[in-house]
Amino acid sequence: MLAIEGLRVAYGESEVIHGLEAEVAPNEIVAFMGRNGMGKTTLMKALMGIARTTAGAVRISDRDITALKSHQRVAAGLAYVPQGRMIFPAMTVEENIETGLTVTGEREVPKDIYELFPVLLDMRRRKAGNLSGGQQQQLAIARALASRPKVLLLDEPTEGIQPSIIREMARMLKKIRDTRGLSIVVSEQVLSFALDIADRVLVLENGEIVHSESRATIDETKVANFLSV
Amino acid sequence: MLGDYSLSDLGSIFVMQGFAGLILFSVFLLMALGLAIIFGQMGVINMAHGEFMILGAYMTYLTSKLFETYLPALFPGYFFVAMIVAFLAAALLGAMVEWALISRLYKRPLDTMLATWGLSLILQQLYRSIFGAREVGVELPPWMLGSWQITSTIEVPINGMFVMALTAVITAGVALLIYKSRLGRQVRAVVQNRVMAGAVGIDTQKVDRATFALGCGIAGIAGSAFTMVGSTGPTAGQLYIVDSFLVVVFGGAQSLIGTIASAFTISQSRSTLEFFTSGSMAQVATLIGVVVILMLRPQGLFATKVRR
Repeated sequence: MLAIEGLRVAYGESEVIHGLEAEVAPNEIVAFMGRNGMGKTTLMKALMGIARTTAGAVRISDRDITALKSHQRVAAGLAYVPQGRMIFPAMTVEENIETGLTVTGEREVPKDIYELFPVLLDMRRRKAGNLSGGQQQQLAIARALASRPKVLLLDEPTEGIQPSIIREMARMLKKIRDTRGLSIVVSEQVLSFALDIADRVLVLENGEIVHSESRATIDETKVANFLSV
Repeated sequence: MLGDYSLSDLGSIFVMQGFAGLILFSVFLLMALGLAIIFGQMGVINMAHGEFMILGAYMTYLTSKLFETYLPALFPGYFFVAMIVAFLAAALLGAMVEWALISRLYKRPLDTMLATWGLSLILQQLYRSIFGAREVGVELPPWMLGSWQITSTIEVPINGMFVMALTAVITAGVALLIYKSRLGRQVRAVVQNRVMAGAVGIDTQKVDRATFALGCGIAGIAGSAFTMVGSTGPTAGQLYIVDSFLVVVFGGAQSLIGTIASAFTISQSRSTLEFFTSGSMAQVATLIGVVVILMLRPQGLFATKVRR
């Protein structure tokens, strides 16, 4: 579904991702794990066309999207929930979700989105900036799903969220994958969350994948060692 | 200063100056609306905004001449055609300017100011070369002449009322566009977070171009309305640009209601003070008032309050 081939990403002269190779199967949930500054967010931004790719290619169902702009990548089937959520604070909840409809051409927020997030239905006329962190996270996911993606990218979704809600979110993401049949790529520092949702865990260190293991056979202490500072 | 007038005279003066202020308010508001969209939404300081307005005024002048020469029977209705021509001409020029100039400078806001100032000089000279340095006036259709006599001492010019009605319609239209339409939603998303707007699927380049063209087009309509109350010269736009910026900043750059309220306050205080003192004193007093209020509320009168 999503193929990353020899991806190199740089900010100006300094390269952050050094020829990364990875593949995500349809319906698969993959977690990129790593400590701070190892290139997780940069990888997400590069996949989304926000950070500059210097070499390599990104394909989504065999279509090369490396040269596309962000909005064209969304049309090609990528959706993005950034770190810090980045909802549009001065717009209502409903309007925030509607921005995600731009590429589908739909006019109304699809019912299934409010079914996934009933709290957003109750709050649809409120300004998004006034929602709590957990609600904003749901809104950011709803907005991403509105574009009917094939691959959903989530950058550190657990950051600043209460532990009880983190477990709830893992359950919800799996449900989204099962009902919508999409692939999910998540970058994470919290091992328990990653093990909870991911089919496969990739460990990123200094812009390269140093460890890759499917959940069935994973050695928790080994991954934990990679994450310890 | 008030001693020479009787009480009923004073009442009439206030009402008539109030109306004069309302007409000024209308022109200010139309000018400021376009600016508020471009400056408030995109953060671009468009120094050539006055020239876009004058383009609209010249288009109205040309249309009136065309109707006079070729379609005299339809002359009473020329203004409505002129308004559309003015909008389209200014919006088209705006889209071209956005493509050629502004889109290359989004990361350097101060340079935009310089670039648009240069553009304003170029346009002024262009107008001077094409239309001549002398001011031109349009001939008003007969139904717009005259005034409406309310009492023996109060009368209101019809063209002024027409400009007011026009402003109300355009303002309502802009509000609908920004707050209810898909384009408006995309514009607001781009304003709040350009990168994220792209990442949810909005073509930010297209939205920027449309926004800039719309703002310029509204300036064109302002110019069209301007011909109803004043004559058009190559540099007439310069007279209004400072006031329009004042209105936008005073109102709080991203708030439509703020723009309306501040255009109202500034034009009313100007026109009432102008009657009792001189024009420049009125200007000075208004400016001082605005400066004091902006010192107390730097974000402008109306700024949206949300958690960020």
